Amino acid sequence: MKKTSKKRDISLALTAAAGALLGNTAQAGLLDYDLGGDDWDAEAAFMLYSESDSRVSAIAPAVQLTRTIDTDETLTLRFTLDSLTGASPSGAVQSNNAQTFTGPSGGGSYTVAAGQTPLDDSFKDTRVAVNAGWTRPWGEQYTLTLGGNVSKEYDYLSLGGSARIARDFNQKNTTLSAGISLANDTISPVGGTPVAFGPIKTVDADTSETKTSGDESKIVTDVLFGLTQVIDRNSVFQLSLGLSQTDGYQNDPYKLVSVVDANGDPVISDAASNLSMALFENRPDSRTRQSIYAQYKRNINGSVLDTSYRYMQDDWEIKSHTLDFSYRMPFGGGWWQPRVRFYAQDAAEFYTPYFQEGSQPTVGSNDSYASADYRLGSMETTTVGLSYGRDGDRPWHVTLEYYLQSPEEPDNKIGALENLTLTPEMSATILRLNIDL
Amino acid sequence: MRAFVLISFALCVGSCSNLGVKPWERGTLAREDMALDSSPMQTAFDDHIYFSKEASSGGRGFAGGGCGCN
Repeated sequence: MKKTSKKRDISLALTAAAGALLGNTAQAGLLDYDLGGDDWDAEAAFMLYSESDSRVSAIAPAVQLTRTIDTDETLTLRFTLDSLTGASPSGAVQSNNAQTFTGPSGGGSYTVAAGQTPLDDSFKDTRVAVNAGWTRPWGEQYTLTLGGNVSKEYDYLSLGGSARIARDFNQKNTTLSAGISLANDTISPVGGTPVAFGPIKTVDADTSETKTSGDESKIVTDVLFGLTQVIDRNSVFQLSLGLSQTDGYQNDPYKLVSVVDANGDPVISDAASNLSMALFENRPDSRTRQSIYAQYKRNINGSVLDTSYRYMQDDWEIKSHTLDFSYRMPFGGGWWQPRVRFYAQDAAEFYTPYFQEGSQPTVGSNDSYASADYRLGSMETTTVGLSYGRDGDRPWHVTLEYYLQSPEEPDNKIGALENLTLTPEMSATILRLNIDL
Repeated sequence: MRAFVLISFALCVGSCSNLGVKPWERGTLAREDMALDSSPMQTAFDDHIYFSKEASSGGRGFAGGGCGCN
């Protein structure tokens, strides 16, 4: 009994905290529900993410509240805080000489040592996200799920909503579903929105011709069809087909493409400040993606095998394969779960690790596309992890994972670039903790 | 594409009708660790990481918008 009342106290405290985040009106509503005798179940999670070589680090606490209104009706609220520090590759190439760049706002310059990957360390961001979901039966045979989410960063706002309807067949052994989701993202780049292929400028230079003011936005529309099939007492299968259309601004306003000379050395655009010539990227404003996802889950003498595969392709000519396996084994009063994930992608057709001087598009060429963002290049990644969990009154689990990104080094590099690494490997350590409160 | 989806689903509903269990045989399938997504919060963290670091997202769920992640 003691445990129950403690659990209730924590639920109340979290509900109040959630209410405070949602604003006073919502707070009153949530507390009313709770005091009225209905139960919110709370789950807390915490993630630590740390990349090698002082790249990105993130700390992300999250809380999820679930209220079961009826046997088949649930309301879920999830709050996530995501605090990032560190540096990420700017897209510019390594050089045998020290290089100087200016930050996104033009407010400061930084020097990258010879043989080092240029990293932009000017970002430090906190993201706050709220997700809400409501699932309820609709008529005799249908289940309706409505979702909404808000994610806010210093320079980014994402608002989204979704609806999904599912219908059971064959004594609930087969479920078909269809869903649609819409998201509207707005970005307000620090220092203004770069003009396509505009060069970075010296700290005091006039940027009126290479940056524009105002926000940029994009709309993402997703459609998802799903099939879930119970195979036998111990196994279940799921298949999903997805279509996704993104329209609008899809550039990363902080990513650069270097301009190098015939020897593979970065061109200097301003001799006095030794500023390297680097241009802001430009991506198409439309992207259409298709995906197929299959998952198979099987109970094997009390252990659970979970396998999935995803194929995705888009009209940027990125194709990717993702395989995921985990195996959860009971052990004593708890369980162990090793996991491995493999991912491979082809490069976007406009992926361009650098421009040779003379071949770069002119400033403002909105119909030319190029990005040196390694995430649009060809790469393979591997994740290995191990979880340990305990069931019982207050289940918890902890997961330690290692993530390795191995981008494919561009071939036919010119001159000095031949001996330099343009897309270095990156590894990250991920620690996660989940507790049911 | 739409026709393909409808046809494949129709075929599946037909052929899958031989599969499945009786309502009283669902003990194992009802276990939390047999849920298709047995830890949605963990899945959300995962999706966020891979969305930020790789060129693909969604598939299992909506690809969605999200963040200006670095």
